Amino acid sequence: MLPDNLREHAVAAAIEAFDANALTGGKYDREELTLEVAPGRIVSVCGFLKHDQRFVRLSSVTAVDRYPAEPRFEVVYHLHSIERNERVRLKCRLRGADPVIESVTPVWRSANWYEREVFDLFGIRFLNHPDLRRIMLPDSWEGHPLRKDYPVTGSRV
Amino acid sequence: MSEAGVPGPVVAEEEVTSPGGGRRMVLNMGPQHPSTHGVLRLLIELDGETVVKCDLDIGYLHTGIEKEFEAKTYQQAVTLTDRVDYLAPLSNNLGYCLAVEKLLGMEIPPQAQWMRVMLTELTRLNSHLVWLGTHALDIGAMSVFLYCFREREDILRIFEMFSGQRMMTSYFRIGGLALEPPRGWHQRVKKFIDVFPSRVDEYENLLTNNRIWIGRTRGTGVISLEDMLDLGVTGPMLRAAGLKVDARKDAPYSSYEKFNFVVPTRTENDVYARYQVRVEEMRQSARMVQQALEGMPTGPWKADDPHVVLPDREKMKTQMEALIYHFKIVTEGFRVPEGEVYQVIESPRGELGYYAVSDGTTQPYRVHMRTPSFGNLQATSKMVEGTLIADVIASIGSMDFVLGDTDR
Repeated sequence: MLPDNLREHAVAAAIEAFDANALTGGKYDREELTLEVAPGRIVSVCGFLKHDQRFVRLSSVTAVDRYPAEPRFEVVYHLHSIERNERVRLKCRLRGADPVIESVTPVWRSANWYEREVFDLFGIRFLNHPDLRRIMLPDSWEGHPLRKDYPVTGSRV
Repeated sequence: MSEAGVPGPVVAEEEVTSPGGGRRMVLNMGPQHPSTHGVLRLLIELDGETVVKCDLDIGYLHTGIEKEFEAKTYQQAVTLTDRVDYLAPLSNNLGYCLAVEKLLGMEIPPQAQWMRVMLTELTRLNSHLVWLGTHALDIGAMSVFLYCFREREDILRIFEMFSGQRMMTSYFRIGGLALEPPRGWHQRVKKFIDVFPSRVDEYENLLTNNRIWIGRTRGTGVISLEDMLDLGVTGPMLRAAGLKVDARKDAPYSSYEKFNFVVPTRTENDVYARYQVRVEEMRQSARMVQQALEGMPTGPWKADDPHVVLPDREKMKTQMEALIYHFKIVTEGFRVPEGEVYQVIESPRGELGYYAVSDGTTQPYRVHMRTPSFGNLQATSKMVEGTLIADVIASIGSMDFVLGDTDR
């Protein structure tokens, strides 16, 4: 459900009208709009935003690890509409055990490398991704360095 | 091979048979290749001289900077941002500082803002000069390189004057500038910027009507605007395709709205158009530096926020509170209120976004850099597939990527 204070934002209201179950929360903080999307609806919401709301650009896809809290991972999408000169942040929360979400590569091809990076550094899997393998680290690397339980220093013995 | 840390199969110059029966060759270009300017590996499948398929392999310069952020205090992390895009360190300083200042809800005094604009525009000149010099060198115009690096040296000396460092300046700090602007900076910058436009004329003399240059660049590296938007390309490449998009105009930061400048665009959308856009950007940046010199506001060069900004040396010696604040900031840093921001600036290469998440402590919880080189590089395959192998160099040169910026 969309929080009442976000109804004045055209993007939030449009998503709510498109799919009443898509939004699970959100906030407007420091002049930036964040919308929380149910992980199962991310592709349809992104498709709607791109084709109906003119968010032609996917600026970035990244993740935040909230370890040890649950749901542990936040997958964060920054969208940009050049026409409306507007940006919006979408967020999906995933549980720590086997984090997996649908890929948005069918909507924006640029998601390819961003999602590979998130897969590489956070270990979040993207379903229907055309080429899901490590991008920064060698294929033989163990672990996912940007997870909070991955040590900053030290060496394997 | 994967045990040795080499990603993917090694297929250097091995011949494969395509389904059609013709013989194709896979050429391994890089990671150590003079024209990739860093460590980029291209796997190019050739049919004769035509590129059939181009795969990119990045990550050779991955240093885990985003992880490093989480182990530093907010102020310490400024020094990491220099090392991301080492040709435009001050742009990265600015993006990061603006993001943290947005989290803090901090007001920056006008002089610091203008000084930031001036130095960021000098950084843009610096970056474009390296790009122009090396790009021309790749295509065979050697002398342009020497001309460009002559002016770049002047800019690096100006940076050294301000910060004591030529490249890894870290001159912008959260709350303003690291040091008071040095004595004599005005004359020094003025001396440089007064002659700079005539130097741009010199580069143009060498290239703009040069038949070889035109032959190598015009009609090369064309990629449709739709493809570029879909593949995440930003910056001068979009502007060379006729789309007027520039964060300095669309979402002004650090008082860019007070400056008078034009966002140059072209519509040809080839390597030559990208060259024209960047040359014109150099002229516009020079204009902005000129305006900053003329209209530089007076006043403090750092914000009045004792919890965040280090006190003056003089105050530390005379006031108890100043000494305490200094000790607190240096030993444990300052707390940043909980929240998240995405600050976008226009770096010389395109959209540079800093996504900073704070959990209310003295260290960033997560910092993600949306770097323009990473976004732009994704379009490489689309751009070079179907063209000639000789044009690959011109095409990737026109993207102006920095591998440190790509791999982080």
